[in-house]
Amino acid sequence: MRLSEHLYRTISTIAGPLLFVESVQEARVGEMVTVHTPDGRDMEAEVLEIDGQTTLIEVYGTTQGLDIERTTVSFTDAAKKVPLSPDIVGRIFNGSFEPKDGAPMFIPEKRMPITGAPINPAARARPADFIETGFTTIDGLNTLVRGQKLPIFSCAGLPSKEVVASILKNSRLADPAKKFIVVFAALGLTFHEYSFYMKTLEAMKTGYVAFVNMADEPVMERLLAPRFALTVAEYLAFEKGMDILVIITDMTNYCDALREISTAREELPGRRGYPGYMYSDLASLYERAGRIYGREGSVTMLPVVTMPEDDITHPIPDLTGYITEGQIVLSRELHQKGIFPPIDVLPSLSRLMQKGIGKGRTRADHRNVANHLYKYYAKGRDLRRLEAIVGRDGMTKADILMLDFADAFETGLVGQGMARRTVQESLDVGLELMKKFSLEVV
Amino acid sequence: MSNSSGAIQSISGPTVSSDLKGLKLYERVYVGHAMLTGEVVRLERDKVVIQVYEDTRGLAVGEPVKGVGMPLTVRLGPGLLGGMFDGLQRPLERLREEMGPFITGGRELYALDYMKRWEFSPALKENDEVAGGTVLGTVNEGAFKHYIMSGPEETGTIDKVRGGSISLDEPLGEYKDHREIPGCHEWPVRIARPYRKKFAPAAPIVTGQRSIDFLFPLARGGTAIFPGGFGTGKTILEQSIAKFADVDIVVYVGCGERGNEMADMIAEFEELRDPWTKRPLRERTVLVVNTSNMPVAAREASIYTAVTMAEYYRDMGYHVLFLADSLSRWAEALREISASLEEMPGEEGYPTYLASRLSGFLERAGIVETLSGKIGSLSMILSVSPPGGDFTEPVTQACLRTMGSFLMLDTSLAHRRHYPAINWFQSYSLYGGEVAEYYRTKISPAWDELLKRSKQILQQEEALREVAEIVGAEGLQDADRLLMRTAERIRTDFLQQNSYSEDAFSPPEKTFSIMNSIIESHDLAAEKLKQGVSLEEAMKYGEK
Repeated sequence: MRLSEHLYRTISTIAGPLLFVESVQEARVGEMVTVHTPDGRDMEAEVLEIDGQTTLIEVYGTTQGLDIERTTVSFTDAAKKVPLSPDIVGRIFNGSFEPKDGAPMFIPEKRMPITGAPINPAARARPADFIETGFTTIDGLNTLVRGQKLPIFSCAGLPSKEVVASILKNSRLADPAKKFIVVFAALGLTFHEYSFYMKTLEAMKTGYVAFVNMADEPVMERLLAPRFALTVAEYLAFEKGMDILVIITDMTNYCDALREISTAREELPGRRGYPGYMYSDLASLYERAGRIYGREGSVTMLPVVTMPEDDITHPIPDLTGYITEGQIVLSRELHQKGIFPPIDVLPSLSRLMQKGIGKGRTRADHRNVANHLYKYYAKGRDLRRLEAIVGRDGMTKADILMLDFADAFETGLVGQGMARRTVQESLDVGLELMKKFSLEVV
Repeated sequence: MSNSSGAIQSISGPTVSSDLKGLKLYERVYVGHAMLTGEVVRLERDKVVIQVYEDTRGLAVGEPVKGVGMPLTVRLGPGLLGGMFDGLQRPLERLREEMGPFITGGRELYALDYMKRWEFSPALKENDEVAGGTVLGTVNEGAFKHYIMSGPEETGTIDKVRGGSISLDEPLGEYKDHREIPGCHEWPVRIARPYRKKFAPAAPIVTGQRSIDFLFPLARGGTAIFPGGFGTGKTILEQSIAKFADVDIVVYVGCGERGNEMADMIAEFEELRDPWTKRPLRERTVLVVNTSNMPVAAREASIYTAVTMAEYYRDMGYHVLFLADSLSRWAEALREISASLEEMPGEEGYPTYLASRLSGFLERAGIVETLSGKIGSLSMILSVSPPGGDFTEPVTQACLRTMGSFLMLDTSLAHRRHYPAINWFQSYSLYGGEVAEYYRTKISPAWDELLKRSKQILQQEEALREVAEIVGAEGLQDADRLLMRTAERIRTDFLQQNSYSEDAFSPPEKTFSIMNSIIESHDLAAEKLKQGVSLEEAMKYGEK
């Protein structure tokens, strides 16, 4: 603990967002630092590494205009903490946690470290409560449950924001008395997308908290905003007993920011230039979803990932898929056919579905209906390749039936436009479809 | 041995350097006022580099560093079964009771409960000689007889031994030279526990998974990997094997995986029963959990912590199955640590010692004669998560050189919801020859023949499928269409298995009889076809 604040004028190097400060006494890793610029601004920074008396600090925000002679640095003796209060609901902040909605900053009830702490696996409650999103492809075939993290894998140009907006508007918890509070983290958003999302959030009757980093705002904030959002989510969920839905868009911008900062730190690059620790870093965000045994609330997460080059094996969707409990994959092909939501159910998966469906939760025949729909649709899709080679005429009657089924599945079951279906309706649509094609459901 | 104290000189990610003198390589150290656990990974004349197992945030230069005088060890004694530990063997249940639901680090808790009382029946009396690994007596740990053994390096002559109610806090007795006889001991995790002799694997592990037991069997004392991209069902398959395999004890490591999945598994293991003994599964299981958001260095240590506990039960003469999900996360942890040590990277940034570390680790599997003359086995099944589902990556490739079974999980099968998604063309088992003998004598002499036939049919189907893509299914001959129909039955009725149904566990008798009836009906239908019966009719005969 320092008794007096010392102003260091010993910067030796400035490289991108990094400053080297010499002769520093007792700096701590993760400690917050204030950088005073020659033109009188104050900027936040964090201690990254310490080697003897040389301390490496990373500045949040742009380092343009800093110099070695006149810039000074003071150490705060505290780790980065997030101010918290129930009053936060309904507010919009930027990526540095400054109000963006014109209202004054709230008075914090408490502060918690931005990085959070891992939930003890022994303290986790198994996610089991069904969430109805209104989409048949999710509710019926890839069911979402409370406390799950289920990313949306999209491609550039696909309507991921409309899908997210629709989920926001239509999601219902099993207990109708309960409502979701949405915590929204926007990373590198264009103004066009921003205005769309804000309209959606404001139309919701329940509360929301938003952290918005625009496309032209500092890259470092893209690493901070999701952590602010998750710390707020954990606080509201596990201390205030609320059910929180965290939407982060777009994780691809997050990972690119991580790569940019990592390169500035001169770290060894891994696959496609992304740092080797990206898996652990992503896990430190995604794993904050969940439920805690003996506590009320929950954190459910729907991150959006835009797959570069439509490639699901790209490191960003790949590492995400290894951490999250499944994925919802949007398809360009379906979108071009004019189907909304363009969710391709074959590569989509919800790992926790089993726990959320069945008798007493959704419907006794849920698993069975879903399995059969999958089976027949997969078969139909397989046969499309054959059709491309031999033509429709060269195929058996049974095969042609499967082809027609796959088409009807896409237009009638996947495609539902803006209409909301309850899970009962979703399952009935599936059953009727199979009945129409006289496909057996054992 | 060093009890002197030094200070932190520099901090970079999970590595810290200090001026502390007199440390040994891989010695355990306490770092900072928070007493974080670390391990010495590099020694220089005036500097020591330490890998810290906990979050280094908040550490400052000048804080104390203290040597423990021992490498990273685990405590071995009764009370491990049914427990759940982190990568450093801290009991997670008790950690939760003391700290609440979040792990904030810097807390040392022993894995064993030193207060718990056990009913001890001594096996030795006065003047008996104790060599390393001698059985001192037994206590009942759930359904298991827990053999309390002397440490592998402990020797002495018994003066007295106490029977009856004991706790691990008090000695079991005394040696002639007045040393106390402890009820538990410590063993360094990075050193394999010694045994007398190793044998080649010969008997299968029955997993209850038809595609594994029949096509690609696992062996007691053997090793297997299953690589697969995300969503191919690695975790479900590992957990199914953990539930149903015919072994005595299961040690399961969740290495850098999902917290929710572990919570689910714990709940399930409370409810389910071992199909062989009908006892709750939890009683035969030791869980080591280091989820992906827990510190990365402890993830690296977790597989060593777990395998040492597995070896301890093997030394009692039990058949132990070690499951790790996933080995790739371990390798990535190794890579992260290597990068923070600024070592020269090898392929894809992994350190060049990845392959040798891995093969050294895998050799800890095997059937052995233990120091006390019992026969025990340690088998390993490890999942691998290749980036982008690409099997040419270094971790999968490094495993292939030392593995006995390779079960490749196929993304396209998983998309079709064919589970377990084991690809039947690319997978292999090197234990087929050794374990066939067992199935021939125990189940049926026709086992081999059936295996050959089914593999043939699946292979022919693949060839026919290519033809069918060109000429259409209509253009195939009847005999070929029958074969494709049979292959489909093998795929759907035999290879696919729903882990959420009654069928999740298929005993070898059932495995055999399903395949037998598929092949029999195929032969019958083929016979009818030859007699000139139409395909539709012939298939009806076959299905009767």
